[in-house]
Amino acid sequence: MNGNAVEISGLTRKFGDFTAVDHLTLSVARGEIFGFLGANGAGKTTAIRMLCGLLLPTSGQGSVDGHDILKESEKIKKTIGYMSQKFALYRDLTARENLDFYGHLYNLGNSTLKARINELAEQLSLTPFIDRLAGALPMGWRQRLALGVSIIHRPSIVFLDEPTAGVDPVFRRTFWGLLYEMAEQGTTIFVTTHYMDEAEYCGRISIMHNGQLIELGTPHDLVAKYGAKNLEDMFIDLIRPAGASNEEN
Amino acid sequence: MSFLSISHISRSYGAIKAVEDFSLEVERGEVLALVGPDGAGKTTLIRVLCNLLDADSGSFSFDGADAFANFETIKPLLGYMPQNFSLYPDLSVEENLTFYAGIYGLTGAAFHQKRDYLYTFSNLAPFAKRRASALSGGMKQKLALSCALVHDPKLLILDEPTTGVDPLSRRQFWEILLELKREGTTMLVTTPYMDEVAHADRAAFIFNGSKLSEGTPAELAAQFVGQIFFLNMRPAPELLKALQSIEGLGARRFGAGMHVYLKPGDRVERFADQLKQTGVDVNLLTPIEPELEDRFIQLMETKV
Repeated sequence: MNGNAVEISGLTRKFGDFTAVDHLTLSVARGEIFGFLGANGAGKTTAIRMLCGLLLPTSGQGSVDGHDILKESEKIKKTIGYMSQKFALYRDLTARENLDFYGHLYNLGNSTLKARINELAEQLSLTPFIDRLAGALPMGWRQRLALGVSIIHRPSIVFLDEPTAGVDPVFRRTFWGLLYEMAEQGTTIFVTTHYMDEAEYCGRISIMHNGQLIELGTPHDLVAKYGAKNLEDMFIDLIRPAGASNEEN
Repeated sequence: MSFLSISHISRSYGAIKAVEDFSLEVERGEVLALVGPDGAGKTTLIRVLCNLLDADSGSFSFDGADAFANFETIKPLLGYMPQNFSLYPDLSVEENLTFYAGIYGLTGAAFHQKRDYLYTFSNLAPFAKRRASALSGGMKQKLALSCALVHDPKLLILDEPTTGVDPLSRRQFWEILLELKREGTTMLVTTPYMDEVAHADRAAFIFNGSKLSEGTPAELAAQFVGQIFFLNMRPAPELLKALQSIEGLGARRFGAGMHVYLKPGDRVERFADQLKQTGVDVNLLTPIEPELEDRFIQLMETKV
């Protein structure tokens, strides 16, 4: 497939009077690990939902994996993987049953699916937990299972919305190791996080604030541009309202 | 005797030992961080201390009193902020505060005074009429904290209060906690963020229900066994794997670069040729002090 993984221009979404995403323009290359940062309520999740074909923009245009986000959302849904912020798996099904269920949704044949589940179990170190109920898995394993479900159909792009919230540092590190491996194999990773050490793992990051994209670049360049001590200080300085302590955060 | 004395607490769920022979002393006015991976037993321990779960064995003394036997006396002195948002989503910010204050018998002028005080540091006053369900993540956490503080607890127990909260809100939340510390509140806080542990006076590492280590954040980091170098190169998977395959040397992705580990007393020059084969000039390795996370991972790996 030619072209960028994500290519959007002037993407805007309003809810009533409220502009959640305001003229977002962005390109993400194939195989890139792109960090999509911003405070709670900055518009990240709304933007991701538009990119995943789950929500139509009020205005603007774009493509994901070469498919038009306005007209080809069904094609987009087949080609991307999406791991939502909230744990969205079936708690009363085992890890294997969840993978099996989602695999069938993507029309994977029985033998292909069986092999794919074993492969993912191995890759995500899920094997010891594969027959446990998803609801009974510890947090870090749940996140791995959710990642597994989102990539069961070998998507060319995965959108990960805060995949590591509440996950301990050791698990987070392993999780990012998996993302790196996927990126090396050509999968585009579009990820949001509130952990600035994770943001540093990204090739490029963008920062959203009040629905607008206010910065874009490599972590190193952005830290240098603002003369900040580190990425976290740079991020906070950029979005902390000067003098307005009652700002909504 | 310490303000809090947690002594040999164990709690199992069937065959799973969630907390095992856990002991810890906390001084009055101290901020103690409880750090451990998911499933380590942090929340079980906290629930035992808050009398929401019975311990199988062990004791907990609070300011000299047996907290398990006298929990009704202790309860008004304790503020607890659970991991999951547990306020009433259909009530407004102010209604939630009024409700929690009412539970502790705080009404009228005394409540208004307390409410205004809580508003000064939470900055929630402009949102007093907003329903809790419509608050942003950071504001929800500030409201939950305010509700836990409404009765002036002497001990505040916070279970992962900043999980899922953005960096600015996280920093503001800790500014509030440090203000409470200056006012003399003792705090027991769990967190998965290593940088937050630096705010604590002391920290304890917990894993598989047991305490692995405790000390000031600096002491804990200094317990790292070995030497650490920073390698300012992009941590591409193949480079990382190549480094990790060198006998006697370890490597891990750290921010935009890597930490390279050597055994105590070893010399980095000894690896110059092998490093060169992976495309790394030995001069690029800069010796650094261990970070808390280096030690945390080391402790976990020796236990797995």
